Amino acid sequence: MTDAVRIAIERDIDIVSARQAGRTLAQQIGFTSTEQTLIATAISEVARNIVVYAKFGEIELAPAHDDGRDGILVIARDRGPGIADVALALRDGYSTKRSLGMGLPGARRLMDDFDIQSLVGRGTTVTMKKWRR
Amino acid sequence: MPVPILKQNSTLIASIVSALSDQDLVEFRDDLARKIGTHRAKGVVIDVTAIDVLDSFATRTLRGIAYAARLRGARTVIVGIQPSVAFAMVQLGLDLAGIDTALDLEEGLAILARTRA
Repeated sequence: MTDAVRIAIERDIDIVSARQAGRTLAQQIGFTSTEQTLIATAISEVARNIVVYAKFGEIELAPAHDDGRDGILVIARDRGPGIADVALALRDGYSTKRSLGMGLPGARRLMDDFDIQSLVGRGTTVTMKKWRR
Repeated sequence: MPVPILKQNSTLIASIVSALSDQDLVEFRDDLARKIGTHRAKGVVIDVTAIDVLDSFATRTLRGIAYAARLRGARTVIVGIQPSVAFAMVQLGLDLAGIDTALDLEEGLAILARTRA
């Protein structure tokens, strides 16, 4: 019922598919409707980062378990240019493109756990989790 | 999917009925800016009741639509932001500063009627 899913991110319409798949999985895991929206919005932000900065990548969604807690795991993976200064990219309002610079810091606030690994020239992986209350 | 834009007297009513891609949003923005001119609209209501996610791009585009409409002589009211969407926007650090919002279409039309009276 709640298997891992992968969504290829190549065009802006894939952002919509990824967040809809995220909402569906979050619902199956038992998140409230408000929490589903927070998760879908966070997915939208990291998926857009792939389209804007890396062009291609994928979003992986899976149920997460830890110490009796249930949650959702979201991994955004790309082989794009990478982020030279991750700390800077996580600052509100910082952007190298014409965006608000709210994507990564915003996604971090919407989720419970947030990790970003990036190598310049190799790509970026954002791993986020949210736990049921 | 195009966003239908209806005309009622000097007001344009745009109801976003399904999730929009970034491209859809940009097309909607351009279409609306054009129709404000062709219909000589003084007010615009954008109904986002059916929208389940307003992320940073969508919020920025809506804000741009409202500012551009004002420059074209029309006042915009955004109506129907769902409770959970509002909550997510606050956590993202987004706002619609300087733009009128209302609970629903009826309320939005009432705001436009009041400012014209």
